[in-house]
Amino acid sequence: MIMKNNTSELTCIECPKGCKLFVGKDENGKLKVSGHSCLKGEKYAIDEVNSPVRILTSTVRAVGLVESMVPVRTSRPIPRDSLFSAMELIKSITLNSAVECGQVIVNNFMGLTDVDLVATRSINNV
Amino acid sequence: MRPLFGGIMKTRDLIIVGGGPAGMAAALKASECGVKDILLLERSRFLGGILNQCIHPGFGLDYFDEVLTGPEYAQRFVDKVFADKNIEVATSAFVVKLNEHKELTFLRPGKVETFKAKSLIMATGCRERTREMIPVSGTRPAGIFPAGLAQKMINMEGFLPGNKVVIIGSGDIGLIMARRFVLEGADVKAVIEIQSSTKGLARNVVQCLEDFNIPLYFRHKIAFIHGKDRVEKVSVVKVDEKFKDISGTEFEIECDTVLVSVGLIPENELIEMAGVSIDSATNTPVSSALNTCSISGLFVCGNSYKIYDLVDNVTKDSEIAGEQAAVFLNSVVK
Repeated sequence: MIMKNNTSELTCIECPKGCKLFVGKDENGKLKVSGHSCLKGEKYAIDEVNSPVRILTSTVRAVGLVESMVPVRTSRPIPRDSLFSAMELIKSITLNSAVECGQVIVNNFMGLTDVDLVATRSINNV
Repeated sequence: MRPLFGGIMKTRDLIIVGGGPAGMAAALKASECGVKDILLLERSRFLGGILNQCIHPGFGLDYFDEVLTGPEYAQRFVDKVFADKNIEVATSAFVVKLNEHKELTFLRPGKVETFKAKSLIMATGCRERTREMIPVSGTRPAGIFPAGLAQKMINMEGFLPGNKVVIIGSGDIGLIMARRFVLEGADVKAVIEIQSSTKGLARNVVQCLEDFNIPLYFRHKIAFIHGKDRVEKVSVVKVDEKFKDISGTEFEIECDTVLVSVGLIPENELIEMAGVSIDSATNTPVSSALNTCSISGLFVCGNSYKIYDLVDNVTKDSEIAGEQAAVFLNSVVK
């Protein structure tokens, strides 16, 4: 994020287009976004200025499954500041029975309401 | 061609080689278009192809209007393929021979089989360019990996191949792996790009490099890789617009790992074996229309036809290959 004349300049990460976004303030001090080509972009820009969030994906170790690792994701974006502590938590998990794609591995992940850690691939037992 | 170990060669209506996103999309579409006898061959143990190791999000926004990870995107097709009665799936099936009559031989556990395909779709994907294909001087220590191989080591095998990493090339795979290494606790020292802009998506520069303060050097190259048994450091130099070293700009970065992310090569050795004309510059079939090559009834789709930026487009174009095979089977083969 670059600041210029009280306007933040950023690149949208919502889709491959990568729109250049500008966030300034209107006369009432409310955040005002331009450069976006969809509503996702507008929301991204406001989140990015207030408190950036990211979807975290990683893998958890599996024992007794046909693969060594099970890919996982956060069901929703989590605060960018919490990515590394989230990784610590993910590394502490071991799965030992088959998982379905979309199955919740950790409910209320990191104590965040409405965020689960979910498996992103169905993997069978050996 | 006679089957290797005698017997009568079986004929199948449609054989598809490769069970990644391209092969699965082609198989499902061909079935939808009325093809009843489809054999899908996959060399690894599972369908899904490279998507299984691409655990990051960013797939499917175009095709599904949702943000999916690679495995999630693949899973939607895997489930449909296994539910489709017209599609027979053979995993751990490795094609070793193909001729101009669309007769192919493949190995599967305990067996060698030869089938004749009335129509054939090749969805064999691509492989990574390696350090040997770019001019990088230096020794040949351990610790130099194509970025996608490192991705497989971390995401599929579950080990980290290095701790202090320099990445050559700023393509998407390199950028994605920069973030992945950092999240796994490694120190990514730099991404070195010889061009003056990135080939990767702008959003990946933001969320993979800028989020983690990883420096990206444009117009720089690795002049030398140092190290006896393991990579110890790299020499970096700035280059001019003709990619010549600018003297006095050299600096060194201490590292134990070099990732090479310098492009992909379509894998087309099987159709080359069958006599299909190949463009040597791109390693893709010489082609007059999407998915076609010089053998009629043989279609090539996905990254083996051309390198795609987005899997969504692989799916769409490979569905067309499925349709093309169905049309061919209806019109030519009676």
